[in-house]
Amino acid sequence: MAYTVPRPKLTFSEKIYLPTVIAGLRITLGHLWRMLRGKTHVCMQYPEEKWDAHLPEHYRGAPTLVSDEHGRTRCVACQLCEFICPPRAIRIKPGEIPPADQFAKVEKFPQEFDIDMVRCIYCGMCEEVCPEQAIFLRKDYAFTDISRAGLVHNKQKLIELGGVRTGLVNKWNEKK
Amino acid sequence: MNFLNEIIAQVPWLLIAFSLAKTIGLLCVVLGLVSYTVYAERRVSSLMQDRLGPNRTGFPLSLLGFGLKDWSPILGGLGQPIADAVKLLLKEDFTPSYVKKFYYWIAPGLGISAALVSLAVIPFGSTLGSVPMVIASIDAGPLFVFAISSLGVYGIVLAGWSANSKYPFLGGIRSTAQMISYELSMGLSVVPIFLIMGKLNLVDIVNYQVENGWLLVPGFFAAHPHLPERGQLLLWIPVFISFVVFLISMFAETNRLPFDLPEAETELVSGYHTEYSSMKFALFFLGEYTAMIAGSALIVTLFLGGWSFPFIPDGSHGWFWGLVNIGVFFAKVTACLIFFIFIRWTLPRFRYDQLMKLGWIWFFEIALVNIFITAGILAFLPVS
Repeated sequence: MAYTVPRPKLTFSEKIYLPTVIAGLRITLGHLWRMLRGKTHVCMQYPEEKWDAHLPEHYRGAPTLVSDEHGRTRCVACQLCEFICPPRAIRIKPGEIPPADQFAKVEKFPQEFDIDMVRCIYCGMCEEVCPEQAIFLRKDYAFTDISRAGLVHNKQKLIELGGVRTGLVNKWNEKK
Repeated sequence: MNFLNEIIAQVPWLLIAFSLAKTIGLLCVVLGLVSYTVYAERRVSSLMQDRLGPNRTGFPLSLLGFGLKDWSPILGGLGQPIADAVKLLLKEDFTPSYVKKFYYWIAPGLGISAALVSLAVIPFGSTLGSVPMVIASIDAGPLFVFAISSLGVYGIVLAGWSANSKYPFLGGIRSTAQMISYELSMGLSVVPIFLIMGKLNLVDIVNYQVENGWLLVPGFFAAHPHLPERGQLLLWIPVFISFVVFLISMFAETNRLPFDLPEAETELVSGYHTEYSSMKFALFFLGEYTAMIAGSALIVTLFLGGWSFPFIPDGSHGWFWGLVNIGVFFAKVTACLIFFIFIRWTLPRFRYDQLMKLGWIWFFEIALVNIFITAGILAFLPVS
């Protein structure tokens, strides 16, 4: 069905257009003037100002590997995170802990643990699936490099980012 | 051999040398002004829209050893034109396989050269050590500018046509129609000025305004400020009408918003230069802004007193005042450019039929009637 678009009735000053140009200029120049006096709230100037102080507790940044009080990486190379990872960003090469070691009964440790930050989507599934509380999403988010290879976080980098975290469940006491 | 020597003796070497020096100087100033107009456009637009705009690419003076203080907050963004130029020069210059090569290649050059040539007749200063600050003082100044600046449309039309693609083609067609409809009202709107002054040389037009005050502000901004006479006051009405018509036609002529239909990003991708990249695109960009500067220079010369300013003597009082006059001229041009920018970021684009209606039904008639009003006033109230 045909529908007639209602046209607004224009006043004389709107029809000759020039007064409305001046009205428009008043608005834009008003914004300019407010800006020049520093009254306008502009957006955050990123590299100088950052959100870091206001990040919520549940913020999901880069996944990292945490260590316990003894300096042992909590990861036991079960590879659950590798399997769950939706973009397949995680690559783990498991290794065996020698029998003479203090933590021999853990049996496995990651020889290599790579997270490709180009692929990572920061979903946090690796953190959720980890039975050892070994992988945590930290608040770091700004990773840049000039090559793709430079954005693959290896085990050393992940441990460095993760740091030591205490007060977690401790499964591997000798008495247990 | 004598014959040859005679010819050489007759060649006005001094004139050629001065003209060359003036041309090169003006070219440097105008191209510098162009690049900083682009910067001003980006900065002013962002300030109007509550953003900050390009404020990073400063000159790293702190690196060059100018003290330990970091100047980048003050000079922030002023290096942007240089960064842009380097970027555009180094980008891949891509020519699509389906374009008409010859016209595709000459179109950007046509666009900018027309805009640059029209600057030749504009007096950009009084005198500098008895050398008049105009490259070519010809007796048909405004006509020359109109003739050359309407050639500028060839750049756009050829670009649109040679690109062999529908959006540039539409942009080119629109540009042709727009130029034709606004050339007329632009040419007619300045006829009252020539009626009042009886001169066509732009240098004489400025000198008239030095004596009698700026055309738009009669009497007051003269060398000897005085209250305008009755005839001058009455003539102010047609002068103001012709100023408004000329200004708006200039917006259309230079493809500025609200008349940027040949480009019209929202409708035509980017209009006539859709298929251009790298320095060829930059030439269109430069041409557009040079045309804007040429237009502003013409407005300043015709209506706003050219290089003159009350209580500032002309160049015959020494080198210093000659330089001040040049500075005044470019300050006026800059003010005009800033006004262009204000308008661009205030008004939405006209629809095509509105544009045609405005050109043919309103401005053409207004400019035509304005000529008769001026002639009538001049006939019955002769200005001394």
